[in-house]
Amino acid sequence: MGRIVLENVTKSFGETQVIPPLNLEIDDGEFAVFVGPSGCGKSTLLRLIAGLEDTTSGRILIDDADVTEVSPSKRGLSMVFQTYALYPHMTVRKNIAFPMRMAGLSEEEQEKRIMTAAESLNLVDYLDRKPGQLSGGQRQRVAIGRAIVRDPSAFLFDEPLSNLDAALRVGMRLEITEMHERMQTTMIYVTHDQVEAMTMANKIVVLRAGVIEQVGSPLELYRAPQNLFVAGFIGSPKMNLIDGPQAQKHGATTIGVRPEHIDVVESGGAWTGTVGVAEHLGSDTFFYVHGTGLAETLTVRAIGDVSLKHGDPIQLAPRATEIHRFDADGLRLP
Amino acid sequence: MAIVAQNSKYGKAGRTILAWGVGLLFFFPIFWLVLTSFKTDADAVKPEFLFFFTPTLENYLNMTENYDYWRFATNSVITSVFATLFTLAVGIPCAYAMAFNPSRGTKDILMWMLSTKMLPAAAVLYPMTFLTKSMGLFDTHFLVIMVLSLINLPIVVWMLFTYFKEIPKEIIEAGQMDGVNTLGEIREILIPLAWGGIASTALLCFIFCWNEAYWTVRLTTTEAATLSKLIEGNRAPEGLFFGRLSAVSAAAVGPIVVLGWFCQKQLVQGLTFGAVK
Ligand SMILES: Nc1ncnc2c1ncn2[C@@H]1O[C@H](COP(=O)(O)OP(=O)(O)O)[C@@H](O)[C@H]1O
Ligand SMILES: [Mg+2]
Repeated sequence: MGRIVLENVTKSFGETQVIPPLNLEIDDGEFAVFVGPSGCGKSTLLRLIAGLEDTTSGRILIDDADVTEVSPSKRGLSMVFQTYALYPHMTVRKNIAFPMRMAGLSEEEQEKRIMTAAESLNLVDYLDRKPGQLSGGQRQRVAIGRAIVRDPSAFLFDEPLSNLDAALRVGMRLEITEMHERMQTTMIYVTHDQVEAMTMANKIVVLRAGVIEQVGSPLELYRAPQNLFVAGFIGSPKMNLIDGPQAQKHGATTIGVRPEHIDVVESGGAWTGTVGVAEHLGSDTFFYVHGTGLAETLTVRAIGDVSLKHGDPIQLAPRATEIHRFDADGLRLP
Repeated sequence: MAIVAQNSKYGKAGRTILAWGVGLLFFFPIFWLVLTSFKTDADAVKPEFLFFFTPTLENYLNMTENYDYWRFATNSVITSVFATLFTLAVGIPCAYAMAFNPSRGTKDILMWMLSTKMLPAAAVLYPMTFLTKSMGLFDTHFLVIMVLSLINLPIVVWMLFTYFKEIPKEIIEAGQMDGVNTLGEIREILIPLAWGGIASTALLCFIFCWNEAYWTVRLTTTEAATLSKLIEGNRAPEGLFFGRLSAVSAAAVGPIVVLGWFCQKQLVQGLTFGAVK
């Protein structure tokens, strides 16, 4: 079990309030991702749940028990740190065994779980090495191994992949997602990378300056961003945001159209412009279009290889049903 | 550094000579002390016997037979060892809390602790003497151990704090997440990780305790008197017994010189606060 509830939780460091009153529910078995720009309070929120920071006010419940005053060691949660935080003086085996030894598990049980974890994480050959002799990816695996052996009610990850190179990151992302599918244990995952959030989460929590901007599944956030911040943050490349007369025509202060919802047409396009940069990826082509009079640059994604190049005129047809409308406060209009 | 590197051959030789020169300069008084300890009191003051004299063991024999050297030495060992252990037992949890759970006042407390070292010892000599006498603690091992501990605690906490600061906070937090309590955290993670630093701190603390003279001389008479007191007792105002005094001094500094010799590496690390890796 691992149902986590935050009730009116706030956190201040001295005079500065980092988390204004915040309410959040994470259901048992969910893969929740906290995403937002750096410095928005994701780590702080995770550390509040872990118990590594004290709440300034409010309550934290794990499986309906109030743990606000409970020390981190007694909350039954596991954490994987960005810097791995392995014990440098212990071998991989001892690192993984550590939480079990502290919990007083029998030697046999420890050994059994170490082997299971090591096999699933490809660490069998490295059990007798010290962390200093491992690569970044292996260290992160050890940190994950140390987290899973104690059977926590939830896993907490704080940007676990951001110290790895791009190729490894994709591999580890898949491994963690698979691990979640297999174990069905609650996971809370912090990242500033919206691609990680979209690919891994059941539930994305978008944060800005300690405030939850929106909570929802990846597709809910993609299809119906509740405000301009979420609209601009979720999706890659970013949604095109247009204000002015073009927006007023739709009865909004700002309209947003995702690059994949603008078609490149031969003639009769609603918008025209000049190709600035064309990125040919084979499967798709990205155009960065200038001179439309709508925004400085419009990003357009065309399927397949479209052979327009720098300086060519381009005609664009936004799909009317895919236009997002926002009011003067940046909130979504129905 | 670049210039030194270019002329590395001469630079290295020069530095070696310089190091030896400074080393010998510092070592000379000890050498002279040991030399004098093998002279009779009469020979010790005669310049013609500066290097050439008939060595005698009389001073050393005299010391063990008449002055009960071993009792003073035992007291020195007991008080220094227990004071060091007690200082670490208090200092490690203290520095741990300051390094990993700092509050707004932590820096001020550290400064305040160090500032106690700025108080002239003489200023509290009379209160201390009266208090300890009226409490019946005068000339007891307990008193000496407490005094040695307390005067070394600030520097020990400072040193440990500096070493603990080098341990990433996440490792300590990982321990907490892994279900270990504070004591376990200190035993399983902190002490193994800061072992080098703790060892050099302990060593330095032990040496300070061993060499302490102001309080050990004044707060003891016989029962808890340390080697410092023995030296002090052999000091004659007329300056007559240089041979005897030298033997006592040599026997007092001897153990610490040997200890220091074997732990050179740790000591250098301790004194430079880990700056030399
Ligand atoms: N221990 C601390 N003391 C003071 N301010 C802090 C502390 N930890 C975090 N902050 C501040 O809280 C804000 C949120 O930090 P953090 O949660 O680490 O952001 P994120 O993980 O989203 O990048 C930042 O402005 C940061 O400066
Ligand atoms: Mg962070």
